Amino acid sequence: MIDQNPPVTEEELHAYVDGELAPDRRVAVEAWLASHPEDAARVAQWRAQADAIRARFGVLASEPVPARFDLDNLARGARSWRGAAAAAVVLAFLTGGVVGWMAHGASAAAPSRFDTFTTQALDAHKVYVVEVRHPVEVTGGERPHLVQWLSKRLDYELRIPDLESNGLKLVGGRLLPGPFGPAAFCMYEGPSGERFTIYYARTDSPQTAMRYREADRFAALYWVERGLAYVVSGPPERERLLSIAQAAYDQIDKGTPQAK
Amino acid sequence: MGGFREGIEAAVPALRRYARALTRNRELADDLVQDTLVRALRSEHLFHGGDIRSWLYTILTNLNRNRLRALARRPALQPIEDNDAAEVAGPEAGARDIERALASLVEDQRSALLLVVLEGLSYREVAQVQGVPIGTVMSRLARARLQIKAYLDGERPALRRIK
Repeated sequence: MIDQNPPVTEEELHAYVDGELAPDRRVAVEAWLASHPEDAARVAQWRAQADAIRARFGVLASEPVPARFDLDNLARGARSWRGAAAAAVVLAFLTGGVVGWMAHGASAAAPSRFDTFTTQALDAHKVYVVEVRHPVEVTGGERPHLVQWLSKRLDYELRIPDLESNGLKLVGGRLLPGPFGPAAFCMYEGPSGERFTIYYARTDSPQTAMRYREADRFAALYWVERGLAYVVSGPPERERLLSIAQAAYDQIDKGTPQAK
Repeated sequence: MGGFREGIEAAVPALRRYARALTRNRELADDLVQDTLVRALRSEHLFHGGDIRSWLYTILTNLNRNRLRALARRPALQPIEDNDAAEVAGPEAGARDIERALASLVEDQRSALLLVVLEGLSYREVAQVQGVPIGTVMSRLARARLQIKAYLDGERPALRRIK
C-alpha cells in the first residue's frame, strides 16, 4: 500500500503536540502515529513532560501577587531611575571611565545587594532589639551628636527621621561593620515596647523602589536613594512597617530639618 | 495609556510562573519579574503596540541572560538553590524529577520549552522573544525534549534505589 501523503517529519510531531500543526496535516499525522508505535510513544512522552511541567509550575500563576509588584510604586521608582542612571554615568566617567561603568553594570546584574543589605540589617535587628540595657551606643537624648558621629563615619550626611507621629521614639543608634564599610543603625521603640530599626549603608547601586522581605520572625523594607541603602526592620506586619518606612522616606527625601 | 498598565498588570502572575520555572528560585524569580516590570514601565514610549505579554517575556528572558552572563564572569559566586524543596517533599517527588530535568537543560532550550508548554506561546512568538528564526525554536524544543527524556530515563531508577 502506498502512502499518499508525504512522510511525517519529527518537526511535525512536535507541532502536533504543541497545537502548531497545519490543519490539513492533522489526519495524516494521526494516521502515521497509529502505524508507528515508536513515534506514538515519543509523542506520549512529550505530552507527559508538558503535563509534569504544568503540574509543577502551573499553580504559581494563581498565587496572590505580592505588593512589591504594585505598578504605581514601581513606576515612581522607574521615573526617578533616569536621574540616578544619569548620575551613575557621570560618576563612572569621573571615577575611572569605562571600568567604573562596567563595575556598575555588573553590580546591577547581580541580584545580591538587596539580599546582602537586608540580611545584614535583619541580623543586627535580631541581635540588638532584645538588648535591654545596651541596645544602642549613643542614646536618642543625644540626637545631634548621634547624627554628627554616624554621618562622619559613613561620610554621608545622614538624616535620622522623627517617627513620633508613628508612635515611635528614638532609642538611639550605633555603628556597625557593613559588607562594604561602616553602617549606621538606629533603633526606635513603640508604646508597647516593640522595636523598629533603620539600617544605613553606602552603596553604588542605582535607586530602587521599596522592596519587602520577611525572614524568621522579622521583616524588612529596603530601598536605595542617592547612594545610600536603607533597611527598615521590625515585626512582620507589612502595613505598619510600610507606613513607618514611608514616613522615614518622606522625611529623608524632603530633607526635613532634623528635630531637636 | 490605561491599556498599557492594565496589560502589564494582567501579565504579572504568568511572568512570575515563568520566572520561577526558569530559575527554580523564588527570590531570584521575583527579582527578575520586578526588574522586568520596572524596565517595561520605563520603556513605555518604546512599545508600539503588539502583544504586551510577548514583549514582557522578551524583557525577562534578556534580563535573565544578562544575569547568567554576569554570574559566568564570577563562577562559583552563587549556586542556584532549590528554595522550594519543602513545597514538593514526599509523595511529590515526581515534581522534583521534572525540576531537575529542566535544570539540566541549557538556558535557551529551557526557555523555549517553558514558553511553549507552560506559557502557551506560539512558535512564532517564541521566535520573537528569543530573537531567532522559528527553525531554531523548533530545534531547541526538540533537543530540550530529548534531554529531559534522557535525564528522566537515567535518573529515575537511581532515585528508586535510594528510596
